[in-house]
Amino acid sequence: MKNFKKTILAGVAGVVMMGASMAHAVDLNGAGSTFDNPIFQKWFHEYYTANSTQVNYQSIGSGGGIQQWLAKTVDFGATDAFLTDDETQKAGGPALNLPVVLGAVCVSYNIPGIDSGLKLTPKVLVDIYMGKILNWNDTAIVELNPDLTLPNLVINVVRRSDGSGTTNIFTSYLSKVSTAWATSAGWGKSVNFPVGVGGKGNEGVAGIIRQYPGSIGYVELAYAVQNKMAFAALKNKAGKFVEPSVDATTAAAEGAMHKIPSDFKIMITNAAGEDAYPICGFSWVVVRVNQDDPVKGKKLVDLLNWMLDTGNGEASTLYYAPLPDALVAKVKDAVATIKF
Amino acid sequence: MNALNEQEVDGGAVKPALPFFLFGKFKEVGFGDKLFRGITGFFAFLILVLALMTFLALWVNSGPCFKAIGWKFLISSEWDPIQQKFGAVPFVYGTLVSSFLALLIATPLGLGISLFLTELAPLNLRTPVAFIVDILAAIPSVVYGLWGMFVLAPIMQAYVDPVMVKVIGGPFFVTTSIGLSFFTAGVILSIMILPTIIVISREVFEAVPNVYRESAKALGATDWETIQLSVLKPSKPGVVGAVMLGLGRALGETMAVTMVIGNMAQVTPNLLAPGHSMASVIANEFTEATGDVYLAALSEIGLLLMVITLVLNIAAHLLVWFTTRNYGRA
Repeated sequence: MKNFKKTILAGVAGVVMMGASMAHAVDLNGAGSTFDNPIFQKWFHEYYTANSTQVNYQSIGSGGGIQQWLAKTVDFGATDAFLTDDETQKAGGPALNLPVVLGAVCVSYNIPGIDSGLKLTPKVLVDIYMGKILNWNDTAIVELNPDLTLPNLVINVVRRSDGSGTTNIFTSYLSKVSTAWATSAGWGKSVNFPVGVGGKGNEGVAGIIRQYPGSIGYVELAYAVQNKMAFAALKNKAGKFVEPSVDATTAAAEGAMHKIPSDFKIMITNAAGEDAYPICGFSWVVVRVNQDDPVKGKKLVDLLNWMLDTGNGEASTLYYAPLPDALVAKVKDAVATIKF
Repeated sequence: MNALNEQEVDGGAVKPALPFFLFGKFKEVGFGDKLFRGITGFFAFLILVLALMTFLALWVNSGPCFKAIGWKFLISSEWDPIQQKFGAVPFVYGTLVSSFLALLIATPLGLGISLFLTELAPLNLRTPVAFIVDILAAIPSVVYGLWGMFVLAPIMQAYVDPVMVKVIGGPFFVTTSIGLSFFTAGVILSIMILPTIIVISREVFEAVPNVYRESAKALGATDWETIQLSVLKPSKPGVVGAVMLGLGRALGETMAVTMVIGNMAQVTPNLLAPGHSMASVIANEFTEATGDVYLAALSEIGLLLMVITLVLNIAAHLLVWFTTRNYGRA
């Protein structure tokens, strides 16, 4: 009995000590985008194994991430929308928006009997989301898809009900291809959609699409691929119909390279390039140029460089698109300006 | 069981035989009693402080929205974060409509069930049914939401909505629904608040002394007359309380409503159209909301929800007070 008690006590002490040592081992804290979370978890786990630097990332949403970063409770924020001027001012010193993750948003649908091959033009997509095209057998859609037999079925427009980077990228695209959209609903993480029902998260949108024949909605590429959802090919700026894929997304970033400014604040939707898929965008890590703590600053710079080298090479395993090499070089130059 | 308790019957009002120390100020014996009283009193006081602090926090956080939009927030039905236009009307409307729909369905159903359980059901049926009701109360709301989205909404779309359009129609039930609507939200909420209404009203009915029932029966009353005269009438305040608790749960319910209401900020009499609710918009948009006014607008929605809940509760208490004021002496 006495021994038993001792064993338990030793066990408890062990757990407590482990907890304490683990807590001690956290070297960097980050918070923000849920879009980045799957790849960040993979990256930071690998990074810990290789460099024994522990990075603790909380996927509380981009808005929350920026708030935490402004309050200096985390070392970096991750956001699907670059900092606004207002936020940059509150940062109390120069800040960098570093694109580290590149993703695509695909237009998914549920039309009985049609599992693939639907083609859409920007105009048709906008008209569907504006409530101008109401039925799948509308001539505008039928003309684009002569090979498909489109049913007489009411279109059910689905969108995200929660604020999200996915909506940010999607509406940025709609705003670029249609002035009518840009001046009415506009572009942002939550916008005032004229029609449709909202689902919470990718899973909410996907659930509604799957449940109701006739639905059309937008979800992240990774989510659509992993859940084997049907997605549409979109006509890009070059006039070619392109299906969403990791390669087509990197191609879009390459196509937009000449436009990417030195502060990286750009939405690359509707990019030029023969093979570019038009609805894609970056997710940024925000950091301060002047780091207070030299030890942390060094660790942060090392981590960012690792993400851009090793990490970037593995992005496609989780259906994120790798950044083009030219962009990686530019971002690394920016990382080099961090002072600690 | 109640007949065995010694209870005083005073002109119709129930005065349960409580132990002496629960009446008014009890005799304090020694330091221990004083200490106990102090500690428990302090705990009770904390509840007040908590409510007040929540209210204050919401008030302070709503500041930028008061400043930017002012009273227009309460009458505008536009919600456009891009243009920084915020109006609470569609959310208040959605919350109230879905909650009252839920009450409309759950109140007769819940009272019926608990009357059956206390007055009519054979004894060996009461426990199992009561057990199932408790289980219903323990199901997490996200599970109700999933079930609502994948099972209930398609059923509503295919079978219930068309019937409502045919039977009632008019401005309230117009077709073009995919099953995600005010109506579906009301139905799922009614299922969720049913256990609350059943459990509490059952306790209220059980508290009615058997003497009442026996008197009614002795005068030749039927089962229904007995229930009407000697169970329902004295239970009125308790029943209103049960319904109000149910309403409270319905007003604040977030997850399940979000998953079936369709999340479209609009005001329309058509119950088969998608809508939105106050709790839903906070849950949906808070994490990614950027900008002071936007965040403040969401806080103000929270504040409004708190105020509406408070007002409805006060209204219910007044209702009970007015309807039972003269009752005891009748």
